[in-house]
Amino acid sequence: MTPLRDDQYDRYARQIQLPEVGGRGQERLLRSRVLVVGAGGLGSPALLYLAAAGVGTLAIADGDRVERSNLGRQVIHDDGSIGRGKAEAAAERVRALNPDVSVEVLPRLEGAALRGAVARFNATLEGSDSVETKFAVNDAALAAGKPAVIGGIHRWEGQVMVVRPGGGACYRCLFETPPAPAALESCEQAGLLGPVAGVVGSLQAVECLKLLLGLEVPAGRLVCYDAAKGTFREVEVRPRPGCPCGAARSAQRAVSASPIEDWGE
Amino acid sequence: MPVKVRIPTPLRSLTGGKDSVAVAAKTVRDVIEALERSHQGIKGRLCEESGQIRGFVNFFVNDEDVRFLNNLETPVKDGDEISIIPAIAGGVIACGDY
Repeated sequence: MTPLRDDQYDRYARQIQLPEVGGRGQERLLRSRVLVVGAGGLGSPALLYLAAAGVGTLAIADGDRVERSNLGRQVIHDDGSIGRGKAEAAAERVRALNPDVSVEVLPRLEGAALRGAVARFNATLEGSDSVETKFAVNDAALAAGKPAVIGGIHRWEGQVMVVRPGGGACYRCLFETPPAPAALESCEQAGLLGPVAGVVGSLQAVECLKLLLGLEVPAGRLVCYDAAKGTFREVEVRPRPGCPCGAARSAQRAVSASPIEDWGE
Repeated sequence: MPVKVRIPTPLRSLTGGKDSVAVAAKTVRDVIEALERSHQGIKGRLCEESGQIRGFVNFFVNDEDVRFLNNLETPVKDGDEISIIPAIAGGVIACGDY
């Protein structure tokens, strides 16, 4: 284990002061590897906070380019990034923010590429604009035995769910099937207040850091943010019998949530 | 017997902006029918043409998922609180938003 340098004690001082983090937790974060799917409204704040917290490796998967209309909510990008690849532009910002972080730039991931990428990281933070991708990340994470933090936003509404193998209900337990594309409407048409994305992406970053630190993270629970009313609400999600994740079967066997893998220790 | 139905923000365009609607109902099926009578078009967002609740929409009666109760036939009583929770993604919502 590499001991922390003086400049790292300085940079991360405030979180190291938390007994739940400490120097050991910080070392753990610096060894951690997180895949962030989507460098948009949710990925922007999530990446900034994960980078600032010193997560050692961040992979950014996004195939889109930065457009001017993104800048109202995708705060990792700036005016000079218009036209550039989002993953590349976000990677540059992360490197500038914290040289401790190694960054990987990945294209939009689907199918086997997504499953392979999810398996290579300690955790995946899902902030794409696609419901199908949320299902795909959920499935890939469970198959790989890795946790995922799934987020969604729409107008004044936000949702966050942590999915953990062996740790309760998954996203597919809650929402059985992705909707037909025709039932969907894009963000551009729907409208969104930028900070709503900031709140949800930041919540995702908090849960992701807790996962990496090995802190207790209630899985199988949906946190709903109603920005119009300024309220949060949590919904316990029960493992659904027949869900491919098998959480319902595991629950019947009274298998407790497995701790997150201990990497590099 | 009024029950309180919490309306997710994307469907509030159909409820005149109201975040909750009181309806008289004895089952979840009644709730949906009552919502449709007072706010036409909402049923199509929540249910398949067969009338079943869409797979990516969840109904909770007092925080209990109706799929673990009796689905559409789940009884509701005075004072119960019904929540409708659709899957949402970075800008899209599973039950549509027109």
